[in-house]
Amino acid sequence: MSVESLKCKECGTSYELDASYVCENCFGPLEVAYDFSGLDAAEVKRRIQAGSQGIWRYRDFLPFEGRASDPLEPGFTPLLKADRLAERLGVGAEIWIKNDAANPTHSFKDRVVAVAVAKAKELGFETVACASTGNLANAVAAHAAAAGLDSYVFVPANLEEQKLLATGVYGTNLVGVRGNYDDVNRLCTQLAETHPWAFVNVNLRPYYAEGSKTLAYETVEQLGWKLPDRVVSPIASGSLFTKLGRGFQEWLDIGLVEGVQPVFNGAQAEGCSPVATAFAEGWEVCKPQRPETIAKSLAIGDPADGPYAVEQARRTGGGVDSVTDQEIREGIKLLAETTGIFTETAGGVTVGVLRKLAERGELADGERVVVYITGEGLKTLDATRDTFQMHEIDPALESFEAEFPQEVAV
Amino acid sequence: MSVTVKIPTQLRAATGGEAALEVEGNTVGEVLDAVFDAHNGLKDRITQDGDLRRFVNVYVSGEDIRFQQGLETSINDGDEVTILPAVAGG
Repeated sequence: MSVESLKCKECGTSYELDASYVCENCFGPLEVAYDFSGLDAAEVKRRIQAGSQGIWRYRDFLPFEGRASDPLEPGFTPLLKADRLAERLGVGAEIWIKNDAANPTHSFKDRVVAVAVAKAKELGFETVACASTGNLANAVAAHAAAAGLDSYVFVPANLEEQKLLATGVYGTNLVGVRGNYDDVNRLCTQLAETHPWAFVNVNLRPYYAEGSKTLAYETVEQLGWKLPDRVVSPIASGSLFTKLGRGFQEWLDIGLVEGVQPVFNGAQAEGCSPVATAFAEGWEVCKPQRPETIAKSLAIGDPADGPYAVEQARRTGGGVDSVTDQEIREGIKLLAETTGIFTETAGGVTVGVLRKLAERGELADGERVVVYITGEGLKTLDATRDTFQMHEIDPALESFEAEFPQEVAV
Repeated sequence: MSVTVKIPTQLRAATGGEAALEVEGNTVGEVLDAVFDAHNGLKDRITQDGDLRRFVNVYVSGEDIRFQQGLETSINDGDEVTILPAVAGG
């Protein structure tokens, strides 16, 4: 099997495959290391195509030696060609929407949590936990329920009501912390030291993060085993953004796909843009910010993978942009009106940045752009409130015709 | 100023297993220097060229020092200094 060890991304020190996430020598993040040298590309491709209709079809690239158990398998979400969106943006590029709201709990977080919960079970944990901006809370509560594990879910207390309701329903211990996400994250880092729990994005983070690679694999497969020319992805901690790059690179390395890494464009909300700021200023580290944005799922002021996200945007000739709350609302509406996909605020951020790239003339004719929509609009309803008007009428023909005189039947 | 410094699990091999240290100092920088004096192995693990490494977070009574004056942040009586890994979350 190909999974080998945990390895420090900064200094390269190797560790056992257990519940740890920090290098003891330099405090750098640990990442799962594999040995793919024994893999035959044609054989792997056949195995993938004969696999399940979800993320476990990519088991050769996930951190398990045996079969991982998962009663709530995410993945294989639709990739749609969005010609009407391209037309509205006035570009000749091919725009594709990867709608990852079509997962069991309606966000891409199902991918990372499925991997983390399977690993938690394998390592013998009885309780899973997380620090969340909302989508992760939904996913951890649901996957824990499906797997029969206890769960503790920590969120900022002022989260959107929809995200609280869609967490509590699974019977988790829902803890609203009076503070922002970075406060929640610090608290969970401390709790992880004293409680024998699998915090999916703390002590299990190296495994958890691997789940995001499946979004890259699916994109390649759904494009007919081809790489996109460019990707536009939201950035919160920077983990998804960097793991997309790792996913593409692994398949390039073993010869499952040919070409070069896509150009990476990251998307942040202006009210929480530590990565966009670091990119613009030419910094190698991100200066933490206090978030103030309607895009709460992206409101991480101190992004763990920020430096790597900046580096990836630079290396691929891309960038990291930010958009205002108003541009986020417009982005949600633009996507809905041209594709029929209703996304949450994070998707509004991503579409907002796509629009900026189009307006700046950065999208070339014929270029294939994949836009990652990571969450569902029904979870952030406030962002669409008062953006349109309902016509209220009596149940009578005259009443309808009075409201819509241009539609009077002749 | 006497202050308690909380040591994360990942660094306790360098403190002989101690989870908290009592040291003297008027700023975060002075406090960390006192910690390094007491436990020699800690300095290289969390600093590089005189600065904190990029994946190390330090808090004074729950507040990230990067929102204050960094290593110059002053310490008040009864403050608690916490060192934590920055690679969690998201």
